Amino acid sequence: MGLLRSSAVGVLLVVTVTVQVGLFTHLSIAGVVPDLALLVVVAAALVRGPVYGTVLGLVAGLLVDLAPPADGVAGRWALALAVAGWLAGLARGEARQSAVATVVTVAVSSFAATSLYAMSGLVLRDPGVTVGRVIEVLPVAVLYDVAVTPLVVPLAVLAFRRLDPAPIRW
Amino acid sequence: MSARPRPWSPGRERDAARRARTAVALTVLTSVTVMTLDAGTGEDSPVEPARSAASQVFGPLESGLSTLSAPVVTGVDALVNVRRLKSDNTRLEREVATLRTELARSEVDRNRLAQYDALAAVSEGSGFRLVPARVVAVGPAQAFARTVTIDAGTTDGVRPDLTVVESGGLVGRVLRAGAHTATVLLAVDAESVVGGRLAESMELGYLRGSGDLGGDGLLHMNVVDPTVDPEPGDAVVTWGSRGGGPYVAGVPIGTVVDARASAGDQSVTARVEPFADMSALDFVGVVVGPQRQKQRSELSRVAPADATDPGGR
Repeated sequence: MGLLRSSAVGVLLVVTVTVQVGLFTHLSIAGVVPDLALLVVVAAALVRGPVYGTVLGLVAGLLVDLAPPADGVAGRWALALAVAGWLAGLARGEARQSAVATVVTVAVSSFAATSLYAMSGLVLRDPGVTVGRVIEVLPVAVLYDVAVTPLVVPLAVLAFRRLDPAPIRW
Repeated sequence: MSARPRPWSPGRERDAARRARTAVALTVLTSVTVMTLDAGTGEDSPVEPARSAASQVFGPLESGLSTLSAPVVTGVDALVNVRRLKSDNTRLEREVATLRTELARSEVDRNRLAQYDALAAVSEGSGFRLVPARVVAVGPAQAFARTVTIDAGTTDGVRPDLTVVESGGLVGRVLRAGAHTATVLLAVDAESVVGGRLAESMELGYLRGSGDLGGDGLLHMNVVDPTVDPEPGDAVVTWGSRGGGPYVAGVPIGTVVDARASAGDQSVTARVEPFADMSALDFVGVVVGPQRQKQRSELSRVAPADATDPGGR
């Protein structure tokens, strides 16, 4: 992949993360905002497959981990989004054929990413993560991600198709 | 698994599966390595340079986006109202929309001004020197932490472990500062511990955030002396430490809601409702130290001799 394409993807990720913490806080439900970075990773995985999805998930997750006001141990979102990207990549065959499958893919990836992030917090003894709070946040996060899927995923899929009209089929 | 529109070939399929496995293993290893590096070494973490680099990039972007989106965010309310009025005639509708937009905007402006004035009053009354700043980004609840980004950084004199206040009272402390932005740990975060003093009895205690996400969480205050009985309505102020960091003394934190003595560990825990509205933060002030550069106009300090408790020296 060319340098130009990589930097275009990089810019897309930076913009996504900025909008997620800067703009969507005004639309938060009980503090939960849609995980735009996850949706972009899922879209990329649907276009390019599990390998690309997991690598992009790692990069996007690191950005989410490092961009202010994120605090705590870096690498947690990286792990969560890498696994989400891989899962979405596995389901791309089905997701290509129906919109419902795409929505289910988003829901599964969102569930996996949010709970993996929470679990890494439990392992690392993050005092903010308690089982009760995870149960509170998880459904809202998954539903909110699903709700904004029609607005974000098709656009992101289009963007990744544009970036690479004839993807290497891994 | 993957139904691809091309002839099936066992070799290619196996190859692809192996490559996918390798990629997943590598990414998982990478993220776990980053976590280990960052978690094991605390303050001198090798990830810290990457973090400050990220704040150099994302800080200005978040500030810019916040400035750009402010009129839109105010306007959205007005637009929603327009739709509700569609049954009325269009002329009235338009008029209402314009008026409402104006009203919403002036309301926000007025509120901002009031907050700014109140902040200036805090500065005058307490003798604290404050650097004003606005909250430009808020961490999501999915991250299980209560942190915000403010648009003042090291060039404005903000550095880690400074106290952040609102006109109402304590907000939190600066975790890390970039050139133009800084990350603030709110007092309601589960990792936040603030030394507090009950104004009534002068008794000391530690306030921990409950980490409640979304709305305003209550703080839990462990009173050091188990014989003290904090009354509901008692005010709590910061206790302060030598050198004024991370919290300067005498900043109002909140009022006691209720108190409970636990027989097991011989301690009294009071629930404290913070004065500052942590879910609707906009203008905040950072209590700066004496050696501070003058890039940002500071709120002036009036009659420090009259102040009962100068606190942050």
